[in-house]
Amino acid sequence: MNRLNVAPQSAAQPAAAQSAAAQSAAVETPASRALAITFAALLGVFVVGGVGFSHIAAAHNAAHDVRHAVSFPCH
Amino acid sequence: MSLFRTILLVALVAGIATGVASAAVHLFTTVPLILKAETFEGSEAAPAADSATHATEAHSHDAATPAHDHGDGEEWGPADGFERNAYTVLATVLTAFGFGLLLVAATELKGGLASWREGILWGLAGFAVFTLAPGLGLPPELPAMPAADLMARQLWWIGTAAATAIGLALLVYGRSPLLAALGVLIILAPHAIGAPQPASHDSPIPESLHHSFVVASVAVSFLFWVLLGGLSGWLRPRLGARAA
Repeated sequence: MNRLNVAPQSAAQPAAAQSAAAQSAAVETPASRALAITFAALLGVFVVGGVGFSHIAAAHNAAHDVRHAVSFPCH
Repeated sequence: MSLFRTILLVALVAGIATGVASAAVHLFTTVPLILKAETFEGSEAAPAADSATHATEAHSHDAATPAHDHGDGEEWGPADGFERNAYTVLATVLTAFGFGLLLVAATELKGGLASWREGILWGLAGFAVFTLAPGLGLPPELPAMPAADLMARQLWWIGTAAATAIGLALLVYGRSPLLAALGVLIILAPHAIGAPQPASHDSPIPESLHHSFVVASVAVSFLFWVLLGGLSGWLRPRLGARAA
């Protein structure tokens, strides 16, 4: 419809990009949203895993009181 | 990747604030109870850290406290006192950041948080998923208490949290009574299976001490999740507009 709306990097999916481009300069497609959410969640799993579940002795000892206090399985 | 930056920033700021605040509460509530419980770990007195030069020995449990043994040899551990508490603050901040990432990522599936009140509702869901559900089968535990195999408990804990999250999503967002019923079943399933339990629950820890610890741990977790959710909801519209 609006062929003059040439958002940068949106050549692949101009239709999906239009609503997002109307609100901000950045272009967000459902695929890029899914990717961002997935990476953020994976990073979260990695961080929580390191603090609460890692079997590395140093990690356990550093986070020992937190593992008990937050009721992660410990020992 | 602008959404990724937004999630990261919201989780980081909310996580640092929540982590510092709840660590401060932990240090005055749960941590003293943990230290008290450690005195039951062996008949020998727990080593007191009177100087930083004993950093590698101060938290060693080798001979004096076999119940608390984590392996052979001298493994690094923070010295009791300031160093140990500093790591508690750091680990609480990291926990809040990690859970914040999971929380904010989940909310983005529904378009992102719009207000602190919406954030608190998601925080309550996090409390149910990561504290209440796993805590039903595996209540907060003090050092020196008997427990089943660590790996089995970790698997049950993770499976229960995942099942509760999926079940809650079906209850709230499923569009049919059938899906809601399925959600209830998925939430109950880990408890029907049952958490791994030790062969005997005989414990040197007085029941009253454990009870105080369970109450303190769950109460501080409640505070943690309300703060994390509320702050994330408050921050999301502010940081999102800038980073998007």
